[in-house]
Amino acid sequence: MGSEDVKVLCFWASPFSIRVEWALKLKGVDYEYIEQDVFNKSTLLLELNPIHKKVPVLVHASKPILESFVILEYIDETWKQHPLLPQDPYQRAHDRFWANFAENKLLYASFIAMVATGDDTEKALNVARDSVEKIEQEIKGKKFFGGDNIGYLDIALGWISYWIPVYEEVGSMQILDPLRFPAINAWMTNFLNHPVIKDRLPPRDDMVAYFHTRKKIVSPTYHDLMKYL
Amino acid sequence: MEDLKLHGFWYSPFTMRVVWTLKLKGLAYENIEEDRYNKSPQLLEYNPVHKKTPVLVHSGKPICESMIIVQYIDELWPQNPLVPHDPYDRAQARFWVAYSEQLVPALPALIRSTTPEEKEKAVEMIWGNFKVLEDHCLADKRKFFGGDKINMVDLAIGSLLTVFVTAEDIKQVKILVAEKFPLIHLWFDNFKNAPVIKENFPDREKMVATLKPIMERMLASS
Repeated sequence: MGSEDVKVLCFWASPFSIRVEWALKLKGVDYEYIEQDVFNKSTLLLELNPIHKKVPVLVHASKPILESFVILEYIDETWKQHPLLPQDPYQRAHDRFWANFAENKLLYASFIAMVATGDDTEKALNVARDSVEKIEQEIKGKKFFGGDNIGYLDIALGWISYWIPVYEEVGSMQILDPLRFPAINAWMTNFLNHPVIKDRLPPRDDMVAYFHTRKKIVSPTYHDLMKYL
Repeated sequence: MEDLKLHGFWYSPFTMRVVWTLKLKGLAYENIEEDRYNKSPQLLEYNPVHKKTPVLVHSGKPICESMIIVQYIDELWPQNPLVPHDPYDRAQARFWVAYSEQLVPALPALIRSTTPEEKEKAVEMIWGNFKVLEDHCLADKRKFFGGDKINMVDLAIGSLLTVFVTAEDIKQVKILVAEKFPLIHLWFDNFKNAPVIKENFPDREKMVATLKPIMERMLASS
């Protein structure tokens, strides 16, 4: 399958579009990377995702697929090598549940903790830490969520290993305390050291600079985000 | 005989999705009606993370989150498929199921609305989403989101609309306006009258009678 068959519209600092890249790389699928300026959206992006106007968009044989988790399942169903989702329906339900959980609870809470002030920061941090506590129980005793190999849930949660430490630095806060959460910290090391993942991470310095800017811009109106906690 | 138990609230759109799925597939199950003000210890054990319904328990193993349950059932019992077979069509269906989540915050907004301005604002939120469905999803005038047959998108959206329509009576607002959203209106008519759905569609008066005090209690405590 040639690279002209598969295109991915991404934003370099997005934890959502990188998932798609990780999945394609794990499966050895060539793709064309198309960087999007999410603050100045291209006609292409608006055409392919008119409803949400967001990245990632996977374009396969000219057909767009939207929403990162939907894209991950599509990739897994289309390219069968290195299967990501488990075969067993109960395990699949388990993975989908935890992917949604981390997305709805931890992702918002950790970002909000970074941009909020005062008591609201504490509130967001508590939600974030409680979420990490629950995820810690799921990874205990395992190298990856997928077992010996990276699977769907590792990719869905992979942002935790790289984005949260950046949020922690930018927000001068701690969420992933290694003493309180040893299993998740061990998983983060395993995940980031995986050759495919290691090879495809945005530069840390650029990430820190970017999120410092985001914090400055979003902080004045962070109250709008509190409803997501 | 499958060992299936469903913990839910009959009036909840999320439980409805699972009931309809089980009925569409002809699956027998034990229905355990939960009391939202006094949840059973089993429920809290089966869903310790969210402590919410619905929970499907299959041979003692719990599955949580309504649309995850729907897909689980579909994967194990393929009769009357609710998830498209083709990966691209499946991705489209999953996209619209994910989109239906955008309608959910409108429920608490409606519940909390007391003044005409607040009610209007809550309804406008829903109308924004309805416009997307009308223009993007039903534009080809398909009978159901699943084409000729109901699929999981119909269940996801149909369940929410059932509650919105109940809220019309309770909050004295018009939400599913046929002139504004002719395709959605027609689709909902088809959905309510579809085989199996029709026989398992919640009674409107019973919904109003049950949800009115629940909504009032939610408003009082917010």
